[in-house]
Amino acid sequence: MAAITLKHINKEYGDGYAAVKDVSLDIGDGEFMILVGPSGCGKSTVLRMIVGLEDITSGDIEIGGQRVNEKAPRDRNLSMVFQNYALYPHLTVYENIAFPLRLAKTPDAQVDERVRNAADLLELEEHLERKPANLSGGQRQRVAMGRAIVREAQAFLFDEPLSNLDAKLRGQMRTEISRLQKRLGITTVYVTHDQVEAMTLGDRVAVLRKGILQQCATPRELYEQPANLFVAGFIGSPPMNFIPATVTDDGFNTPFGDVQLPGDRTAGLGDQEVVLLGARPEHFDDASVVDEAVKDRGLTFDAHVDVIEWLGNEQFAYVPYEAPEDITRQLAELERELDSEALRTQLVVALDAASRLPEGQTASLWLDLRKVHVFDPATGDNLTLVSADSAPGASEELEREAEATVERDMSDTGPADSAAAGSTPDRVDGAERPTDTTP
Amino acid sequence: MREYSTRQRVLWIVGGALIIIYCLFPVAWLTSLSFKAPADLTNRQFLPTEPSTENYEQILPGGSAADLFMPALRNSIGISLIATFIAVVLAMFAAYAIARLDFSGKRLILTSALAVAIFPVVSIVTPLFNLWRNIGLYDTWPGLIIPYLSLTLPLSIWTMSAFFREIPWEMEQAAQVDGATSWQAFRRVIVPLAAPGVFTTAIISFFIAWNDFVYGISLTSTSAARPVPAALSFFTGESQFVEPTGAISAAAIIVTIPVVVLVLIFQRRIVAGLTNGAVKG
Repeated sequence: MAAITLKHINKEYGDGYAAVKDVSLDIGDGEFMILVGPSGCGKSTVLRMIVGLEDITSGDIEIGGQRVNEKAPRDRNLSMVFQNYALYPHLTVYENIAFPLRLAKTPDAQVDERVRNAADLLELEEHLERKPANLSGGQRQRVAMGRAIVREAQAFLFDEPLSNLDAKLRGQMRTEISRLQKRLGITTVYVTHDQVEAMTLGDRVAVLRKGILQQCATPRELYEQPANLFVAGFIGSPPMNFIPATVTDDGFNTPFGDVQLPGDRTAGLGDQEVVLLGARPEHFDDASVVDEAVKDRGLTFDAHVDVIEWLGNEQFAYVPYEAPEDITRQLAELERELDSEALRTQLVVALDAASRLPEGQTASLWLDLRKVHVFDPATGDNLTLVSADSAPGASEELEREAEATVERDMSDTGPADSAAAGSTPDRVDGAERPTDTTP
Repeated sequence: MREYSTRQRVLWIVGGALIIIYCLFPVAWLTSLSFKAPADLTNRQFLPTEPSTENYEQILPGGSAADLFMPALRNSIGISLIATFIAVVLAMFAAYAIARLDFSGKRLILTSALAVAIFPVVSIVTPLFNLWRNIGLYDTWPGLIIPYLSLTLPLSIWTMSAFFREIPWEMEQAAQVDGATSWQAFRRVIVPLAAPGVFTTAIISFFIAWNDFVYGISLTSTSAARPVPAALSFFTGESQFVEPTGAISAAAIIVTIPVVVLVLIFQRRIVAGLTNGAVKG
């Protein structure tokens, strides 16, 4: 067990390609840290540098306060689960798990005890004598984890361990990994490109983009206070809507009407003429069900809903709109970076599953302006965040406030606002850790 | 799997049978010849009129040609095994380096290995004969093992580096993270995984050495090092008018047996894809 510290880590490949640029991270003892980002963002490279499979171009990595830059992987005492598991096919499950112990020349009795313990923990007892080739994907994955936990390593490193499993099994194993990590309390670094895994597993999540660390915060903070356009677009599914707006004397001019935002939302606004307003799908609602008491805190507008997707627990309405060309191009660029493709500028609106908004017609929608973020399209910075950061302890305050709002809504107002405010936190709540450590 | 119509299936079976008969007919004839008595040899019949083991008795211990055949058999086995062993061990390290490491001259090694492998044997044999005589390697085991290595080593390097390349690099990295040194990772993970490749290579090397005739006949003069293929040409009949065909056939059958046995033993290992289950299925 040990803390892992990354100090200004750089990685440049032989051909001059800089995969990781000046990444600094402080991973606390026992913390579950997620490295997340679209493919090619350098997250796996960071992990491989920690474990020692990749040379560090510059910067320092410390494990348990000791600089390990030049140490071979075997001397770092870390254990790693590979994306394709990398089980030894010529050995039985038992010997696979025992492999690190055999290398360390552990006495047989102790090997047996520890392998049995690990197998017990991962429910692999009845497979111990089988070969990896005869196991299912999930079982192989568990063997790989067994091999990692059998040794008293200083930290666990996971490199997209669930990406080869099917969706259902992935969900189960996710919970299993989370449970295991809490039980063992060992520092864990987990690489994934899946933002759901990132949100649900991590104590803290580090978002990387093109080798640069964008933001490292608790899942809740990432969701509620994304540092920039990239993080805002990456975290959340469906992603945050970005609405182009021109700054006017008394507010913003958007394709959906003029809006005025609460003061704290625009504190970072300088002399920008055009901004992007970021609004999560669940911050919209069907205007007809919004409580009168909160209605004037938001923007009510009419829009043409062309497609509705009903998912049972909620539904998404799609509202296409026209945006200036340069903004469209920038949004498309952002989408490409996020490994998706924007076909058209559209709003995604999450509605209560009970809502019966008709498809293909104009509907009256409502946007909660208290939750809107303002982004500078040139730099991508979140101008709202600047204001939140300026007040010390703002994030906790905001969190508490948000929770209080949900409770209040649940108890005394109608279903309308609770649906709007409640649907997001619901999703995040599941992910929230009791050990939420805000840096 | 494609479904075949009855007509197609019959054609496949007939075609297959024809090929098998074509390939095995000489072997069958050789077998039949080896059981024929000397008087029977030229009777133009496939089956011996009266099967006899006379030819085998002649070449096995106690027979008249035993002092020619038995040392040759010993030489063949010894020389081929040693040449194979050295080739496989050396090729294992070379192929691992070629598959895993990035060093300058990698392509040069591979292409020169290929060049050596296809170099015509007859063109080296005369200079080698002179050289061996001068340095005292003529008619010795090393005198044959060394030229055999020049044939087997390049081929072994090529086949094994192909096998090593197939092994996912993660296996080795996993071993290193698990606490293995490079040597431990090689010995405990890579070599067992490459076992099918090692066996395939070993068998191919063994055959090359076992079947060689040109080096065998040119670089030896006595039974001290003469291998079986060369020794066969020294068989004589009971008189100069009797062809030694029967004895040669019997010897040929005997030297074929180890080859067949080897292939049968190792075919499962050769075919088995041992890396199954290493990575996601």
